[in-house]
Amino acid sequence: MSTKSVAINQRVHTRRVTKKIVCYLFLTFLGVVMIYPLLWMVSASFKTNNEIFSSLSLVPKEILWNGYSDGWKGSGQYSFSVFFSNTFALVLPTVVLTMFSSLLVSYGFARFSFKGKKVMFMLVIACLMLPNEVVIVPRYMLFNKLGWLNTYLPFWVPAVFATYSFFIFMLVQYIRSIPRELDESAKIDGCSSFGILCLIIVPLCVPALISVIIFQFVWRWNDFLNPLIYISSVKKYPLSLALRMSLDVTDTVSWNQTMAMAVLAMLPPVILFFFTQKYFVEGISTTGMKG
Amino acid sequence: MRRELNKQDHLKNDKVAYLYVLPWIIGFVWFQLYPFVASFVYSFSDFSILKPMKFVGLKNYRQMFTADRLFWGSLRSTLVYVLMAVPGKLIFALFIAMILNLRLKFIGFFRTVYYLPSILGGSVAISILWKFLFAKQGTINTLLGKFHIPAVDWLGSPKLALFTMGLLVVWQFGSSMVLFLAGLKNIPNELYEAARVDGASHFASFFKITLPMLSPVILFNLIMQMINAFKEFNAPYLITQGGPLNSTYLYGMMLYENAFQYLKMGYASAESWVLFAIIMTFTALTFKTSPYWTYYEDGGNA
Repeated sequence: MSTKSVAINQRVHTRRVTKKIVCYLFLTFLGVVMIYPLLWMVSASFKTNNEIFSSLSLVPKEILWNGYSDGWKGSGQYSFSVFFSNTFALVLPTVVLTMFSSLLVSYGFARFSFKGKKVMFMLVIACLMLPNEVVIVPRYMLFNKLGWLNTYLPFWVPAVFATYSFFIFMLVQYIRSIPRELDESAKIDGCSSFGILCLIIVPLCVPALISVIIFQFVWRWNDFLNPLIYISSVKKYPLSLALRMSLDVTDTVSWNQTMAMAVLAMLPPVILFFFTQKYFVEGISTTGMKG
Repeated sequence: MRRELNKQDHLKNDKVAYLYVLPWIIGFVWFQLYPFVASFVYSFSDFSILKPMKFVGLKNYRQMFTADRLFWGSLRSTLVYVLMAVPGKLIFALFIAMILNLRLKFIGFFRTVYYLPSILGGSVAISILWKFLFAKQGTINTLLGKFHIPAVDWLGSPKLALFTMGLLVVWQFGSSMVLFLAGLKNIPNELYEAARVDGASHFASFFKITLPMLSPVILFNLIMQMINAFKEFNAPYLITQGGPLNSTYLYGMMLYENAFQYLKMGYASAESWVLFAIIMTFTALTFKTSPYWTYYEDGGNA
């Protein structure tokens, strides 16, 4: 090799390394910007009011735990144990029911041909794009008439009837990717359609079902507008409403209590995310949907 | 033989399928179709939970378009918000996805970190956080102070408040980024190599290869993010209460107030139908123009 080409190679190499270093520096900087607000919130939950506003440091001068202990007691009659168990009571049945109903419906759409299927599936997609805001007033009146207001039924019953059409869409996509030959050989062995669902589809669908569970969990957990409309007594408040309440009584409260409770409210979705992030990524990639 | 078998299946299975989709049919009629039609009917009435309903013809719509100052203000803010936040989020997401696609190490780590805000974004906790960070004496201004930049009234100035709210959307770019990243991985490398051989610049291959190949994913993201941005409720309601001077009084918040605080449910229904019409128009426009800027490998017939 001539000395000239060695020199060129070296230059190309240096340029590549520089480019990589610049990329890493940028990505790291961006990561800090993205995460700083969350870390700041955690550290603020240990600080005094004064320090929250004056200091940028993530390390509190003195760690105060009273944000958590006093915050947990809540400002009124109910403590955060009530709000936490309310949230679980609202979210968990909704998640489980959504999973079962969406699985049944998407199996029907993905594996059978029947009259009206095309139109029905178009309607599923149309519902994806129908803003909740358009139907919210009549739904409220409907639930009012049924006597469901101030209960969790407005969340549970729609889940029974697969009203969260995003998940139907996602599961249909997934089931379609499972080879039909498996169904057919099971059918030859005398398996009923429900048997095929339980024995063949479900085991292969586990990643997609996990995606359904985590997405629905996170969305219901964070939901604010629907509980705001349907739940009126503090006794039944989920966390989102309880946090809003603590934001309202701003002046007298120590901020670290609000911060501490906000941090705790974020924990379950974050923990779930860290344990299942593979499914998060797969879930949104298979559907090509929002997260 | 195979085809015949399938045909038989088809006939035999026909009815079982209705059992499987039955829950959806009930749910659709009960919780989607009925409310959808009902809200259209309500929109021509003075419906309120407090008194019996009376039909008023087009009065709600007339009042909205000719007499309701808040309506036009809110519509304007919402449009500005959508046109600022959605492209901002998507461009940023694409940019970062392209960097992450450079076959660097620790991609998984960065992806996790960037995705995290998307998980929490819509929650009340994050709205509280935003209110603190961007308060006049908040952390962001303290930080700027360290660089001797005067404090900015992020949420108190009518000109800036909407922008600050848009930042919250851009901060949640992670979900779109993951989609773009998956799309980028599907672009065959040969295309780029061929372009390089032909002497194309990075710039050219971005516009001639990356963007066209990614356009279906972009289309999809654009529509879903647009719908989400049009109905944003949490941020204006929790962070600014629509202020200052109604500059962040977004459509979703106006709807909520009319329906559930002032109990003008007929009027709110009319407003919700206008929102629906706007969203449909934007979606249709996006789809209509998409043949000019989206590229499907199979010619779009799939």
